Amino acid sequence: MKLTELKQGEEAVIVNIDANSELRNRLLSFGLAAGERLSVKGHSLAKQTIEIEIDGTLIALRREEADKIEVKRP
Amino acid sequence: MEHIPIKVAMVGQPNVGKSSLINSISDAHLHVGNFAGVTVEKMEVETRYCDEEGCCEYDITIVDLPGAYSLRDFTLEERVTRDFLLNEDYDLIIDVVDSTHLQRNLLLSAELLELGRKMIVVLNMNDEALKEGIEIDEKQLSVILGVPVIKTSAKTSEGLDELKRLIAEVYKKQETDSKIVYSDFIEEEIEHLVRFFSERHYKSDIPLRHLAIRLLKEDTAIYRKMHEEPIWIELLPVLREALEHIYLHTGKKDIEEIFNDEHFAFAKGAKMEAMSTKSMRAHNLTQKIDNLLIHPYLGIPIFLFFMWALFQLTFTLGALPMEWIGATFDWMADLSKELLGESALSSLVADGILSGVGAVVSFLPNIVILFLGIAFLETTGYMARVAFLLDGFFHKFGLHGKSFIPLVTGFGCTVPAYMAARTLKSRSDRMITLFILGFMSCSARIPIYVLFAGAFFSRDDAGNILFLIYIGGALLGLVAAKILRMTAFKGEDDPFVMEMPKYRMPSLKLIYHVVYGQAKDYLNKAGTFILMASILIWFASNYPKNPQLEALYQQKIERSFSQEEKQSLQAQLQSKKMQESYLGIVGRFSEPFFAPLGMDWKMGVALETGLAAKEVVVSTLGVLYSLGEDIDEENSSLQESLKKNISLPAAVAFIVFVMLYIPCFASMAVFVREAGGWRYLGYLFLMTTAVAWSLSFIAYNSVKLFL
Repeated sequence: MKLTELKQGEEAVIVNIDANSELRNRLLSFGLAAGERLSVKGHSLAKQTIEIEIDGTLIALRREEADKIEVKRP
Repeated sequence: MEHIPIKVAMVGQPNVGKSSLINSISDAHLHVGNFAGVTVEKMEVETRYCDEEGCCEYDITIVDLPGAYSLRDFTLEERVTRDFLLNEDYDLIIDVVDSTHLQRNLLLSAELLELGRKMIVVLNMNDEALKEGIEIDEKQLSVILGVPVIKTSAKTSEGLDELKRLIAEVYKKQETDSKIVYSDFIEEEIEHLVRFFSERHYKSDIPLRHLAIRLLKEDTAIYRKMHEEPIWIELLPVLREALEHIYLHTGKKDIEEIFNDEHFAFAKGAKMEAMSTKSMRAHNLTQKIDNLLIHPYLGIPIFLFFMWALFQLTFTLGALPMEWIGATFDWMADLSKELLGESALSSLVADGILSGVGAVVSFLPNIVILFLGIAFLETTGYMARVAFLLDGFFHKFGLHGKSFIPLVTGFGCTVPAYMAARTLKSRSDRMITLFILGFMSCSARIPIYVLFAGAFFSRDDAGNILFLIYIGGALLGLVAAKILRMTAFKGEDDPFVMEMPKYRMPSLKLIYHVVYGQAKDYLNKAGTFILMASILIWFASNYPKNPQLEALYQQKIERSFSQEEKQSLQAQLQSKKMQESYLGIVGRFSEPFFAPLGMDWKMGVALETGLAAKEVVVSTLGVLYSLGEDIDEENSSLQESLKKNISLPAAVAFIVFVMLYIPCFASMAVFVREAGGWRYLGYLFLMTTAVAWSLSFIAYNSVKLFL
């Protein structure tokens, strides 16, 4: 499932990140990589932006970017 | 006593408290400037350390490099940091790490370790980590990384003296023991290459291990260098084989990705070994505040309230000192006239320099308050939330969530707004924002709006007209952004991936430095650029002199009896003089340009002087419509005079033009600096003038049709 399908407060593990190398690098520098655990903390109107927590860091993602992150429930 | 200079490059991810750390080094001397060629702020700090044994003094210069999440990503800041680390001359690196986000920060450390330079890792914000129940074994971490690790806290000044001692100690070392351990299959290939070099007694200026790693990472610079050497022939097949092995092992063909995964594994491993979490008391407070501030429905109203409050503060609180400054400059102008007598020189000083520079300096209080507020919102971590809330809406128009900060600032003054656009990382986002900022009506245009709205509309309508003007400008800005995004700045759509820093109380010292820097910048400009522009405008409106005309009027004035007649003659003289001045000549020359908008040469000249500053438009209109120089927006006789001489369609066209064309000289100068070239000013000038002219043309004709 996609990261955007998670509800607020849900936890999940990253399975795969399907993005070009620039975005993948960027996500990696924020600690987002396959196998890492994250949780959804909040979102703006119509889920246009999503706030997640990973390894103690809060990160904001735009919907398009979040759609590229595949997750599974632990 | 011996003095030894040490140059230190301070690196760290954003929000790790680098600036606070630097500011809390007690005996530090700060220098703030820009990195050459870019508008990224460069902060340097000088401090001393006295070695007790040898008693030699170390003069330590710390260069605070821009925050970088990694050395790979090429945001402007990250590029500056990377270029500095690779090309500049420095003795050692201080890597500042946020103890509360160890793993993510160690990713950058891994990249830094690969540079093979002397290095110290600083575990900053140790007090916060302890509060969150995180404990880090710095000795263990030091063993893993191969470099000294020290705990500090900017808040409690913990470890700062020890840091200085370490700098001197590391400086004295021959070379670094920094190491980053890779997976076995890569370590094997490194070992293989190192053996290859040492067997051939190859002389390298960097340690062989680093040489091998950089070759495996396909570092272009090192390939270029090795290519020149005889050993290259033998090296090539060995290297090719090594890379093949790595590809085979990982099943990937992208060496960058392979090493990124290695860094990630390294950072994770180092964290697991060195960090223990006693309890998870992590940022409960931040979570609670966020539940309110980024609430899907409440978030935006709350934000709008903050903005409203900031602008109220800016303009009400700033009004008083603004008056004082204005009064001081008026007093200085009067004084200079008294001292110098009525002469060309006194006119230059009083009417040219002091009034021009004074008008600009008087905005200083507004600017300081606005920047104080913005610095506060930014350092607390709130601005990141605003970007989060607004990105969805802004993205539709080709803007970035963070564009909002400069756009809002633009309603106050375009100059600081241009500077605030620096927060945008992607160049196309920044350029689009810079280009549309002028459409946000700045406060200097208010006098013109008030004057015209009062003259041509009833008192009840005037307020609505003002509101329309502001909203209209903002909406047009959004449309322009969309068009620019689709045409001129297609560019990469910058992904919106942003850290939401924990909420923090900013240190007063930090805010002081930010605001002080901005205020100094602003005053500098008033002292140089505005000064020159004022002299130029003064000259163009006073020369060439026509002594005959003046003598003629002087006679008339002397002969007249009533005070009123004298005043009106004086005004006529002013108007005649203006017609014959260079400015008047320019006005006539440009008359055909403004004619299709229903404007005469006087309105044209008023708009042209408005290029210098919008404040000038009203006083120019006053002079040209024969009322002497003491004109302000409250002056109802000027309003009457305008009403008599200008048609309603032309007045509407004038307002539209003022709304949309370039704000002022000062903003142009700043724009050139922020956009990175004079040619962009050319584009901006063309764009704003074209938009202003065409919309003003449409406004003129549709109002005429409507009547």
